[in-house]
Amino acid sequence: MSFHILVQQVVNGLVLGSVYGLIAVGYTMVYGIIGMINFAHGDVYMIAAYLTAIFLAALTLLGIQSPPLLILLVLLLTMAFTALYGWSMERIAYKPLRHSTRLAPLISAIGMSLILQNYVRLSQGARSQGTPTLIQGSVRLFENGPDQFVQITYAQILIVVTAVIGMSLLWYWIQSTAMGRACRAVQQDRIMAALLGVDTDRVISVVFVLGASMAAVAGTLVTFNYGSFDFFIGFVIGIKAFTAAVLGGIGSLPGAMLGGLVLGLAESIFSGFVNTDYKDVFAFSLLVGVLIFRPSGLLGRPEVEKV
Amino acid sequence: MTERSVSGGQSVGAVLRESLITGVVALLLFAPLTGVSLSGYTLEGHWQRPVWLAGWVVLGRFAFGWLRARGHLVGRLSGRPKAGSALLASWIEAHRTFLLLALCVVALILPWFIGKYWLNVAILAWIYVLLALGLNIVVGLAGLLDLGFVAFYAVGAYGYALGFKYLDLSFWAALPFGALLAACFGVMLGFPVLRMHGDYLAIVTLGFGEIIRLVLNNWMDFTGGPNGVRVPFPSFFGIEFGRKAQPGHVTVHEYFQVPFSNEYRDIFLYLLLMIVVGGLVFVIRRLRRMPLGRNWEALREDEIACRSLGIQPVTVKLSAFGLGAMTGGVGGVFFAASQGFVNPTSFTFMESAHILAIVILGGMGSTAGVIAAAVILTVLPEALRDFAEYRGLLFGCAMVLMMVWRPRGLMGARRARFDRSGVA
Repeated sequence: MSFHILVQQVVNGLVLGSVYGLIAVGYTMVYGIIGMINFAHGDVYMIAAYLTAIFLAALTLLGIQSPPLLILLVLLLTMAFTALYGWSMERIAYKPLRHSTRLAPLISAIGMSLILQNYVRLSQGARSQGTPTLIQGSVRLFENGPDQFVQITYAQILIVVTAVIGMSLLWYWIQSTAMGRACRAVQQDRIMAALLGVDTDRVISVVFVLGASMAAVAGTLVTFNYGSFDFFIGFVIGIKAFTAAVLGGIGSLPGAMLGGLVLGLAESIFSGFVNTDYKDVFAFSLLVGVLIFRPSGLLGRPEVEKV
Repeated sequence: MTERSVSGGQSVGAVLRESLITGVVALLLFAPLTGVSLSGYTLEGHWQRPVWLAGWVVLGRFAFGWLRARGHLVGRLSGRPKAGSALLASWIEAHRTFLLLALCVVALILPWFIGKYWLNVAILAWIYVLLALGLNIVVGLAGLLDLGFVAFYAVGAYGYALGFKYLDLSFWAALPFGALLAACFGVMLGFPVLRMHGDYLAIVTLGFGEIIRLVLNNWMDFTGGPNGVRVPFPSFFGIEFGRKAQPGHVTVHEYFQVPFSNEYRDIFLYLLLMIVVGGLVFVIRRLRRMPLGRNWEALREDEIACRSLGIQPVTVKLSAFGLGAMTGGVGGVFFAASQGFVNPTSFTFMESAHILAIVILGGMGSTAGVIAAAVILTVLPEALRDFAEYRGLLFGCAMVLMMVWRPRGLMGARRARFDRSGVA
């Protein structure tokens, strides 16, 4: 168990954790407000990855060369379009089910997930796609010989920094704006908030838009870093981000970020020191374990069942 | 007048305006993902695709809005069946025995004439009937959303495959073994998990299904990993179906003095599956009239009320979960036997979603509906090979539309349910 591997895995874990955190925000906010698991959220992330590659190619064709400008434009465009996907998804598949049975929205969400996956597969092809490397270079820490170093790529730094900025903006927005206050009110008591004049439908739409744009940030950054994606990537990362949301206490925003980091670290240390093949098994076992032994998560409050 | 007020009484102009807005949004949505496609690091344009798609959306939205404005959709959207379908239902009710007998006779005659390819499709259809009936116990009757049903299917299939590989189990020994193994897995998973709330249960079962598949895929030494395991074909009570028998055995065509055909094996599986499904339908019918079955449905409707009446939720749910898992296991054994080979790619989440789609389209809780949906959803994609590409998309659309339009399925369960909306 060498020091360098440990530090390297911690770095990788933090990066992975920020990505999980960004996606988990979407799960946790939707669950907090309408009490449903948005099963298609992972596929929103997948859509964002495709949009990133498409916008990158389109902007390059238009002649934009400078990497920082490209990154910023692609990020903003992807966020806007992914948010539109999130909004339409809610309008089509979830809004008509507001007063339906408890299982109906979840089943509808599974259907939505199938729709998005197959829509992308049919329009973009089933094979995996890629983007050119935009951010090159890395820093090496603790360098101590040919194989003895900890490498942090600039792309990884960008992921963590952007994630922190995104989360902070979201946190500020939730805490300090009128709409954010409405969101918190709806989360606490939807009927009461509606009675006091909060437009709950609008709040729910906004939450889907925000969740989708956060997933878009994750999708764009991972695509810049990793460069390869296919129509099925949303499934596994979606379950893992949901695990992160549950781990931190579903419904709690800081919980989603914390859960993401914990899951990312645990997974990358597990794959560094135990076994890479079983890292998904480890993450899913963690999910099952947390739900069985501590369903309210690290920061969540236990759910009280009312008649 | 009341209908107009329910629908909001929109004028044609307003509907048109809304349709156009929807069209603009649709165009924005479709433009980047269908208007261009990635090829390497550059793009290929397909400008006509988003325009067509958005055009269809506008038309559909307009037709829908127009019909709703004129009050045509009010009754349907609130889930009340129309007079026509009620008439059909009463006709079916009156001629039940005759219809059932006729269907059975057709199903019995069918395998002898349809040829090898369609025979395999028919076997697959029966396997899906079995799986869907199993999942229907869990989802439809007990109201527990199980997204990892494929895990039990995999346990059954691998129970037979690995049982043969290591313990030399025959098909007839594997059938109860696979069923028991799957039931054990179901109870093992269910016991801690069934205390949870509905949505969490769904996710845990999903995680469990993935864990089983990943372990089967990665445990090379024991399961053979992605290379899979060979499975022997079943025998007819010890009489073999091959062209030549192993020393000390006879083959079917020698025993019955008929010319050899490799279809006999499949016909045998088909008929056996029919018997198993028949038995299961009988058991489910009986269970629904027993206290246990009534408890399942009562728990689905209102858990708190049940608890206050002294029903043990965990035990009751566990029985449904275990029974569903067992059925999945039996389906798995049959799947392995009919394919002659199993590997983990048959047990992805897509398969769970497929079975769930069958149950939902058939109407959760309705046995006849689920059987019909299983047969249709297996045979239709085979018949319409050109549309095979669109299978996943259509399943997804069907799931969403069913939830929006008719959450209780196309046929719906026969027993009337407690309607909350009239009270609270």
